[in-house]
Amino acid sequence: MILARVVGTVVATRKDPRLEGKTLLILKPISPEGNDEAGYVVAVDTVSAGFRERVIAVSGSSARMAEGCKDTPVDTAIVGIVDEVQLD
Amino acid sequence: MLIARVIGELVATEKHPSHEGRKLLLVQPLNLDGSDRGQAVVALDAVDAGVGDKVLLATDGFSAMTAVGRPHSPIDMAVIGFIDHVDLLPGVS
Amino acid sequence: MYLGRVVGRVWSTVKDENLRGQRFLIVQPVTPGLESAGRRLICTDSTGAGTGELVYWVRGREASFPFHPAEPPTDTTIVGIVDSVHLGKNLLAGGPG
Repeated sequence: MILARVVGTVVATRKDPRLEGKTLLILKPISPEGNDEAGYVVAVDTVSAGFRERVIAVSGSSARMAEGCKDTPVDTAIVGIVDEVQLD
Repeated sequence: MLIARVIGELVATEKHPSHEGRKLLLVQPLNLDGSDRGQAVVALDAVDAGVGDKVLLATDGFSAMTAVGRPHSPIDMAVIGFIDHVDLLPGVS
Repeated sequence: MYLGRVVGRVWSTVKDENLRGQRFLIVQPVTPGLESAGRRLICTDSTGAGTGELVYWVRGREASFPFHPAEPPTDTTIVGIVDSVHLGKNLLAGGPG
């Protein structure tokens, strides 16, 4: 799983029917210190994350184990909102 | 599957029960020209391979679990064969 | 599977119902020579690993299998704590042979 920050939303009217009603958010991967890293990913939100919030995202077929994503064409899902990061 | 070379072994006492009784190999995937292909990985051993052996590495969970006979286990890579030699078309690398 | 070192922890209260009770550890992937390599990632844990420990982790759907039949949506799970690494001579990346 990766740490990421919510930086945008995607609106897609025409999409796979199994994605109807799902919120698509744009995530920027971040380091544990909170710095932006390269790239971005579009993820289905399953925990009602908000703009700028730090989240945990899961990729691949595991993403389809997230709430409401079973048998859907989803490869990245937000599965947690970060309260705190501790680095030792 | 990838061609790889066994470069080491791990010892781990505290591990998932499905990994008990199998060697944990440190394996370096190789390109066709024999150079390193990315970082070394950890794979369960299904064929009793050892350090220095050139092997066939399964990098898909289902294949790896099947090879070591442990379905529904957290296993994503396994050494499933020894490579005797590789034949390539001229100019391929 | 991949080698890594546990370097921290993440707390999350609002999360997928099937992740309830899971610990999230920050893992730095390392080379066989134990040097840091690549981005740190968040792993669930099936071993009780702690900060500073050398571990190996599994990626993909297999990452949820330690918790079978539960299906937590995780793609990276620590499945072993490494006691020691034994390397063959001259077989490290970049070495001769």
